[in-house]
Amino acid sequence: MSPAQETLLRRVEKVDGGLDSQDVATSLGVDHQAIVGAVKSLLALGDVISAEQRSSKHWELTGEGCEIAEQGSHEARVVSSIPEEGMPQSQLMKLAFGKVGFSKAMSNKWIRLDKGHEGGPRIFKTVEHLEDLVRDKLLLVQKGQASQLEEKEKNELKKRKLLSEVTVKSYWITKGSCFSTTITKQETELTPEMIASGSWKEKKFKPYNFEALGVAPDCGHLHPLMKVRTQFRQIFLEMGFTEMPTNNFIESSFWNFDSLFQPQQHPARDQHDTFFLSDPAQAHEFPQDYLERVRKVHSEGGFGSQGYKYDWKIEEAQKNILRTHTTAVSARMLYKLAQQEKFTPVKYFSIDRVFRNETLDATHLAEFHQIEGVVADYGLTLGDLMGILHQFFNKLGEGSTSQGWGQFHSFNSLPGNVIQFKFEVGL
Amino acid sequence: MPTVSVKRDLLFHALGRTYTDEEFDELCFEFGLELDEITSEKDIISREQGDTKAEGASDVILYKIDVPANRYDLLCLEGLVRGLQVFKMEAPRYRRVSPASSEPQRLVITKETTAVRPHAVAAVLRNITFTQERYDSFIELQEKLHQNVCRKRTLVAIGTHDLDTISGPFTYTAKPPGDIRFKPLNQAKEYTAQELMSLYKTDSHLRHYLHIIEDEAVYPVIYDSNGIVLSMPPIINGDHSKISLNTKNVFIECTATDLTKAKIVLDMMVTMFFQATDLSVPGTVSPHHHPAVCFLLWENILEPTGQYVHSDYPHSICNPQPFFGISESTEHIAQLLTKMCLRSEVMSDGEQIEVEIPPTRSDVIHACDIMEDAAMAYGFNNIPRTTPRTYTIANQLPLNKLSELLRQDLAAAGFTEALTFALCSQEDIADKLLKNISETRACRISNPKTAEFQVARTTLLSGLLKTVAANRKMPLPLRLFEISDVVLKDESKDVGARNNRRLCAVYYNKSPGFEVIHGLMDRVMQLLEIKPGQGNGYHIQAADDSTFFPGRCAEIFACGKSIGRLGVLHPDVINRFELTMPCSALDIDIEHFL
Repeated sequence: MSPAQETLLRRVEKVDGGLDSQDVATSLGVDHQAIVGAVKSLLALGDVISAEQRSSKHWELTGEGCEIAEQGSHEARVVSSIPEEGMPQSQLMKLAFGKVGFSKAMSNKWIRLDKGHEGGPRIFKTVEHLEDLVRDKLLLVQKGQASQLEEKEKNELKKRKLLSEVTVKSYWITKGSCFSTTITKQETELTPEMIASGSWKEKKFKPYNFEALGVAPDCGHLHPLMKVRTQFRQIFLEMGFTEMPTNNFIESSFWNFDSLFQPQQHPARDQHDTFFLSDPAQAHEFPQDYLERVRKVHSEGGFGSQGYKYDWKIEEAQKNILRTHTTAVSARMLYKLAQQEKFTPVKYFSIDRVFRNETLDATHLAEFHQIEGVVADYGLTLGDLMGILHQFFNKLGEGSTSQGWGQFHSFNSLPGNVIQFKFEVGL
Repeated sequence: MPTVSVKRDLLFHALGRTYTDEEFDELCFEFGLELDEITSEKDIISREQGDTKAEGASDVILYKIDVPANRYDLLCLEGLVRGLQVFKMEAPRYRRVSPASSEPQRLVITKETTAVRPHAVAAVLRNITFTQERYDSFIELQEKLHQNVCRKRTLVAIGTHDLDTISGPFTYTAKPPGDIRFKPLNQAKEYTAQELMSLYKTDSHLRHYLHIIEDEAVYPVIYDSNGIVLSMPPIINGDHSKISLNTKNVFIECTATDLTKAKIVLDMMVTMFFQATDLSVPGTVSPHHHPAVCFLLWENILEPTGQYVHSDYPHSICNPQPFFGISESTEHIAQLLTKMCLRSEVMSDGEQIEVEIPPTRSDVIHACDIMEDAAMAYGFNNIPRTTPRTYTIANQLPLNKLSELLRQDLAAAGFTEALTFALCSQEDIADKLLKNISETRACRISNPKTAEFQVARTTLLSGLLKTVAANRKMPLPLRLFEISDVVLKDESKDVGARNNRRLCAVYYNKSPGFEVIHGLMDRVMQLLEIKPGQGNGYHIQAADDSTFFPGRCAEIFACGKSIGRLGVLHPDVINRFELTMPCSALDIDIEHFL
């Protein structure tokens, strides 16, 4: 503990209320800053003392003010330097205080100017004795009795740059809750040595700041969208759906559009909505008999449908694209299922990336993920579809509501149901 | 979904009652529409051009309704009204009627048209009364149809004419452009077809259609018996036959490259506006109303002339019960269908329903479309939800299962997952990585909208480095990873390309951290239960790769096969991705580990 701190503590102990640091500094004859330093270091030790910041205003003499206090104001000196017979003005002006003092002395009527005097304008004293009020006031301030002067007087002197107001910061020091004249340094942490030696029992520990946050663990993170995907995937698996192999971003128009009964002149197959490939530009392998059936239904109808009645072209179907929906994969899977000798009911799902060449905006990108589910069995009804969807949303969690409405999807030609739902994703 | 804008008050007047906004929203929802916006002309101008320009614009409330893309019968006020009214009254029936006084009109199609625009169909609407609103609606509908089913006039083009200004029989033919001369709509003098092509090049509306016939040897043109040009499809009509508010009888012609579509479009025009004909007041459709319409549709003259008339509607027979899963009586379902403009009757066996498909419903081509409408009429939310009795055991796709497990463990190892785009620019996978584009076996996109979508990525590294560049302000070190697909050309697949599942990680810090990335790779191998060593284990050996810093690159071998690379990235690569710190990377193919 430094001597400053010690003395300070002693002083505080003796006093009943508190101390002003400025006063302490003055009485000890040390620089105020040293006291401030002591105060601060005492504060760091805990509640030994409490210090309140204060600022007080102080009038002080400027450099010029000091000069005047010593030697008298300019105007007084002007008068005292003029002999009985007067002094030529030009001579007076040569003196340092001449110019300023002259005008002031003139306004105080302490001197007079004889312009017509021979040998040039001449200045004469008019009074023998004068009261150098300015000097007196400054002396008062110097002595520390500035309070005796009125505000107006002080401001006037301030205007003349003889006085300046100075803000002095000081501390009001009072005893803290753990005041004592001896200081014990506080420990921050328990150390192995303390445990080994048992010295922790005698030590005082700094209070812990419970308001601050702890140290963030340095760990990796999973992507939020991928976390959602994992969640959905889990729900599907729990509902008995098998994952489809969707690891093919590039698809032929045949599987993506034609096999799903989307007519070849449909706007979705435009350059505007679909990404076409220039390399590899075309697919070259298709199940031929299935392709024939697809062609027939499009152009002539079949299986209860009237078809679209247009010329179906294989070149259109061969075009490779970046798939616009994972339903293309569902189509492949259903085809495979149909090739099985014996039909088995299936439930398939997939969650994977699809691509659409549409205008991007704040909520739409060219690539996004699509969730797809297929159930194939005998005797399935619309009620079953809604039932499954309802259960899916139930599993998503509380706060999920769903409302169904039937709609035709403009992107493909399938009659579809749009489900409008709201849910909070809790991860 | 196309959006139709209708004046709310007109709509309510036609419907015969007013609705609150919420009630109307409900009604739309039940019907399969969406009330997208309630606004006014003033609001629209205000939003687009500022409040000052909006001064003086109409305050009349407009409803913007989203309509399913294949419901051409809902594209105008008249159609919407009819569709919505169906919930309350019987659907109107359309019948062909012969004109009271004379022979039906004729449209003769000559063989010259086969070269450019082979098909045409036409009809006449008699005793029509146009108000300003109905006139606007009439023109609007043509525009909407042009944009939608007509595919911007390429498939079908509609022309409408004042019948009283022209006289049949009409001829649809095609002539060299120099031989066609007439005064087009709203112009003061006559032009030849060639002059018109240049005239309309600067017209903001019409110039988009010029290309359809511009380079042909002959242009389509329709004349009346006096040689007056009715129109030059698909560009412009003649001024002589233009429709005005005083027009009483309308001649509608649709020329087309797709006959089916032409018929659909003509049906739409006629059925929407039959209500405008005599004896009707908008909004009341009485079952006994006889629309004064006559249809005349002529096939292309080269074929045996069959006369196609809409006297009977196509019928469809379906058995609805299995589809629904509801136990409703067949009669009730028939009633529901009738409510949707599909008049139905239960057949004698009590189980099947015979359904009439009116010309307004060209979207119905299969029994399932009928079922959809029945379900809509019943109300989807009223269908009881059941669980299918299908019992299946779920299986994960092994590749996805592996990816999921690895993801978790990589995050546990302190790396953060990134999700990057599968499409990128060519530089991203070649130049920026100091590789040659021809080495990459990349698949190219033919119609990218911007340079960011030129190719499908062949490596995950570019995406990760771009992610680092976007996060330079984050505290170092940056540790990112991604397990996802890249696309590679592969002739052995039916489409010529396949996906490849890869794992890629980067470490970006003041020091390159080769040992960190190396450690990560060791950890991955540990998770995959592959021990270090030759033979059935894994090992790495020094390799040269232009993407990596010389002397700090290694190839990874597992079970004798090369599965990827790791190393410190070459400073040029770092610069090209606009990064400043050293960076090390790991890139392996995980399909080997299935």
